[in-house]
Amino acid sequence: MTKKYELNKNLAQMLKGGVIMDVTNAEQAKIAEAAGACAVMALERVPADIRRDGGVARMSDPAMIKAIQAAVSIPVMAKVRIGHFVEAQILEAIGIDFIDESEVLTPADEAFHVDKTAFKVPFVCGARNLGEALRRIGEGAAMIRTKGEAGTGNVVEAVTHMRRMTDDIRRVKNAGAEELMSLAKEFGAPFDLIKYVHENGKLPVVNFAAGGIATPADAALMMQLGSEGVFVGSGIFKSGNPEKRARAIVQAVTYYNDPAKLAELSENLGEAMSGLEINTLESKYAERGW
Amino acid sequence: MKIGILGFQGAIIEHERHVAAIGAEPVIVRYREQLPELDGIILPGGESTTMGKLLNRTGMMEPLRDAIAGGLPAWGTCAGMILLAKRLENDPARYLALMDITVRRNAYGRQIDSFSTSVEIPEVGTGQLPLVFIRAPYITETGAGVQVLCRLDGHVVAAREGNLLATSFHPELTDSDVFHRYFAGMCAAR
Repeated sequence: MTKKYELNKNLAQMLKGGVIMDVTNAEQAKIAEAAGACAVMALERVPADIRRDGGVARMSDPAMIKAIQAAVSIPVMAKVRIGHFVEAQILEAIGIDFIDESEVLTPADEAFHVDKTAFKVPFVCGARNLGEALRRIGEGAAMIRTKGEAGTGNVVEAVTHMRRMTDDIRRVKNAGAEELMSLAKEFGAPFDLIKYVHENGKLPVVNFAAGGIATPADAALMMQLGSEGVFVGSGIFKSGNPEKRARAIVQAVTYYNDPAKLAELSENLGEAMSGLEINTLESKYAERGW
Repeated sequence: MKIGILGFQGAIIEHERHVAAIGAEPVIVRYREQLPELDGIILPGGESTTMGKLLNRTGMMEPLRDAIAGGLPAWGTCAGMILLAKRLENDPARYLALMDITVRRNAYGRQIDSFSTSVEIPEVGTGQLPLVFIRAPYITETGAGVQVLCRLDGHVVAAREGNLLATSFHPELTDSDVFHRYFAGMCAAR
């Protein structure tokens, strides 16, 4: 394991207990920072708009990302299409702090994800289960998040993915040593990483929740299910009062185990983003990537 | 001995593990009512803006400042150093503003500039100590009462002023508990 990879996993550790917010311009980035976001994700359209507009969704304009970097002091992340290593090279060249190889954008490669070991900057990738998470970590991801179902304001898929991850980890942890190679085969995951999970009972990198989180209660739910922090995409700037909702979600992640506090935080937040039923979706982003 | 770790955001469990490993009792601090029972408090690495805003919003800023000003030993790592500083060179914000140092935020640059190294710090412990810098700040000025513990390439990256300890780097991310033992010594001597 290289020194650089260790440092990149360390940055993810510094984000724990925090909220990473999608922002589409410098003004929103400042609102997110003022609300207490631990990082921002710079993108041209939030997932709810990508879903509505259709078409090919790509990496954002570097000029827009640079404007956001100039506007805030917290880490700035940005998304590349699955497998689009040149978009990743471009983001690395402008000094992005974290790259999200994201299923929210239209995949550029049907067969392969980016070789993340070829980069100095850290990557976060989505996963629905342990095998997918370990494949991405095997490729060099320094952080994992649930895929959930972005742009829906519906937390059900994020819950499914987090529970699945926890179940898979428990299974590997409790397995006998002689079962590990068969589990590696079953999960389609590198053997050394299966071994790590068996010995440590957790992923070797930080694991956040993402995809459909819209309320302080959603954020606290994901934390109680074992997430180490949350990404909120459309949930903030597609709501009635982004400032107030963003502040409330930040505090809900800190006080996720305190129902009285959560009740207080959930009061008078205005309208939440309108949500979508998963079975009415034309395309499920979580099915992109493998 | 009870050593608190400000439990708002950041590398909390990493400190918790080290505190437990040296035989002290770690306490994750999220409420002001927890402050009186502490023998010391660690302000962990994470995002200083996030922690600073939560300190203000939860009403913890004043009681925490009072406790530390009243002698409670406090150790800030990275973001925690920013919370302790009286002056920030490149940010109008001020948080606890207790330690007579000027700090430059993100002084080494972006994540691509994060690095690790090892040095000897005789005041703190023997042998080479591993230092991990993540989007780290450093100290650009120290007041008269501040003891410089470590300089790296001419920049102050660790300092002490009475009951206050500040490090640019993250001992909690390494296997070494030398810094945690040093801080426990400060708590014991209170």
